[in-house]
Amino acid sequence: MRTLLLLATAGLAAATLAACSGETQSGTPGAAPAEDAKIAVAANDTECKVAAGEVTAGTSTFAITNNGTKVTEFYVYAPGDRVMGEVENIVPGLTRDVIVELPPGAYEAACKPGMVGNGIRSALKVSGTAQPLSADAELAAATAGYQRYVKSQSDTLLVKTQEFVDAVKAADIDRAKELYPVARTYWERIEPVAEIFGDLDPAIDAREADLEPGQEWTGFHRIEKDLWIKKDVSADGPVADKLMTDVRTIVDRANSAKLSPVQLANGAKGLLDEVATGKITGEEDIWSHTDLWDFDANLEGSKAAVQALRPVLEQRSPDLVKTLDDKFAAAEAALGAHRQGDGWKLHNELSEAELKTLSDAINALAEPISKIAAVIAG
Amino acid sequence: MAEQVSRRRLFGLGAAGVAAAGAGALAARAFPGEPPRPAAGEEAGTPYPFYGEHQAGIVTPAQDRLHFVSFDVTTGERAELSELLQEWTAAAARMTQGKEAGAFGAVGGLPEAPPDDTGEALGLPASGLTLTVGFGPALFDDRFGFAARKPAALADLPKFPGDALVPGISGGDICVQACAHDPQVAVHAIRNLARIGFGRVSVRWSQLGFGRTSSTSRAQATPRNLMGFKDGTANLKLEDSALLREQLWVGPGDGPAWMTGGSYLVTRKIRMQIETWDRAPLAEQEQIFGRDKGEGAPLGGKKEFDPLDLTLTGSDGRPLIKDDAHVRLAHPTNNDGAHLLRRGYNYVDGSDGLGRLDAGLFFMAYQRDPRRQFVPVQSALARSDALNEYIKHVSSALFACPPGVRDGGDFWGRALFG
Repeated sequence: MRTLLLLATAGLAAATLAACSGETQSGTPGAAPAEDAKIAVAANDTECKVAAGEVTAGTSTFAITNNGTKVTEFYVYAPGDRVMGEVENIVPGLTRDVIVELPPGAYEAACKPGMVGNGIRSALKVSGTAQPLSADAELAAATAGYQRYVKSQSDTLLVKTQEFVDAVKAADIDRAKELYPVARTYWERIEPVAEIFGDLDPAIDAREADLEPGQEWTGFHRIEKDLWIKKDVSADGPVADKLMTDVRTIVDRANSAKLSPVQLANGAKGLLDEVATGKITGEEDIWSHTDLWDFDANLEGSKAAVQALRPVLEQRSPDLVKTLDDKFAAAEAALGAHRQGDGWKLHNELSEAELKTLSDAINALAEPISKIAAVIAG
Repeated sequence: MAEQVSRRRLFGLGAAGVAAAGAGALAARAFPGEPPRPAAGEEAGTPYPFYGEHQAGIVTPAQDRLHFVSFDVTTGERAELSELLQEWTAAAARMTQGKEAGAFGAVGGLPEAPPDDTGEALGLPASGLTLTVGFGPALFDDRFGFAARKPAALADLPKFPGDALVPGISGGDICVQACAHDPQVAVHAIRNLARIGFGRVSVRWSQLGFGRTSSTSRAQATPRNLMGFKDGTANLKLEDSALLREQLWVGPGDGPAWMTGGSYLVTRKIRMQIETWDRAPLAEQEQIFGRDKGEGAPLGGKKEFDPLDLTLTGSDGRPLIKDDAHVRLAHPTNNDGAHLLRRGYNYVDGSDGLGRLDAGLFFMAYQRDPRRQFVPVQSALARSDALNEYIKHVSSALFACPPGVRDGGDFWGRALFG
């Protein structure tokens, strides 16, 4: 729940990082060196010693000497294994040069003896001045696209919350129970955006276990307990009204908030963290056991944020896009096995083995998603 | 900058001194008359080489701590499995040398990116870390096209009498054994490998161990298991090069070529009925093992390494080392000369719901062919070992551990994919 809160200030950090789409330039093996001194790379079958761990932004020339017994290759990778420069077929005994143009940031230098494997890698830091990220039109388009998604979801959130609140106030318990997971779906899809406003999120979504002694309990879960456990919502009129007011306020704020691309990326990750810690364990909806509705909504919300960034990701890290597509599909399929009618099975109807399968699918997806922010920022 | 030195190694040089001082203190407290027990951190400053003919962590003098993990492979793609093994190999090559799991490490990457190392081993030396990988029989089903490459020696273990195996903590497609002098270093290694594996493998079970229960080198004293006995005195050792060739390493022609230079690993989690054992009289305990408790000498002998004389009889005319004594049943002379390289660890998983210590031995044994080594030995033990009254086998697994990684272009199990 807390990821985005921190990242509201992380926009600053993002603004200091390079915009570098289109700047990638593969070096020309054997070409004349730049005026700067060459950076020696001593490679053999088990080592890859780069003479400098830090270079300044701009053009660098690496001179790779193969002291080993196997043909080797040399790469400079940006985050997400984006190739910034490479030289192949360095036979034993030979030295070859590669010129690489590098914007400021964190990179990896790698030798691949035998031309296979992950390579022997070391960190390569590129220092210098960067341009603000906001200059990039595609990233701007990404955030605008996601903001449209937030708008559409929050419009429906208002409608469905109102229906839920009306049912509670009419003491129509069956109808309110039906609407509870539905209204929450729209909330859970955009929750990371809502969480930027730290004061309202607890008012709307606090669980009983989260409360401090003496703290007033309001929001969805308070009503959930009355619906499923007390089976009496006759006293919940004021709680329902406050829920509607709080949701209206947060929707207004969410639609006027400016999101950075990095916030978007971390929001996508934050939603999966919610699934991993709250939904798979059944802690989100401990009375109604409707956790899989929230699970599905988190997954959809995460995908929406990733899809908004997709054009940028496709340019910068096509492999990552492919992995994300695969893992989203796998997670959706794993969850899809528990669909029941228009909704989902209850959490307490799933076996431990079924929950582990879901957990594995979320872990598989969350790892590549956690790499997006650096690709966007780098 | 002439050469990059990892942050971890820099910190490590400082920390090694501290650890060495700690080792001295521990040794000084050792019981008089006992050989000083090698303490954690003693060899902390010198990493074991990762590349070589055989995997490290087998004849490597047994470190004090273990984190063992068994994975199920969740991807169905052979290429993804191969990539995973390449990434694991690269990370293992780094971590065993005291470096961080990834090139940027815990604090050297972009602020927006999750660190490529989890950070809990920052400032710690290599601590003798070895990482050893193995492939279970299940990996050779129809998923990856390995069926034709399955060694006959990797046949599923039979059910032994008395087995009370729990499926959730048995078997698995791939194992990784992390041994180190420092538990934090071993846990760090497994945690980072599990993280790299998300989406391709899923942790099936894992086990922490402490206090190695076997010595794998003559330079090491024989340690004690949780029953208080020296166990595995007759273990195969690093120095027995002819026996190692004969009993430990898979030779050319033994089976598929990809396993040549490898070894087979059997793991058994053996729960001990600690409370009832502790109530057993000393004489009964010694008869069950067939050794004396203080020195570890075989009954009828004086010193630990005195040869076992199974023919000695007592004043009553009955064998001094009883027919059902553990040491008699497990001894090579009783098993067609079969030796094992044992590398087990004690474990304590807290207490169970009845307040009993949930403890025992996480038995690990490396060998050339389980069908001729572990299986006959365990069959004899399961049938008649007097110790069975106090133990219960709750988990079992078998893995084919491929030969060593030759260099930076090689990776764990590469020949299997060839």
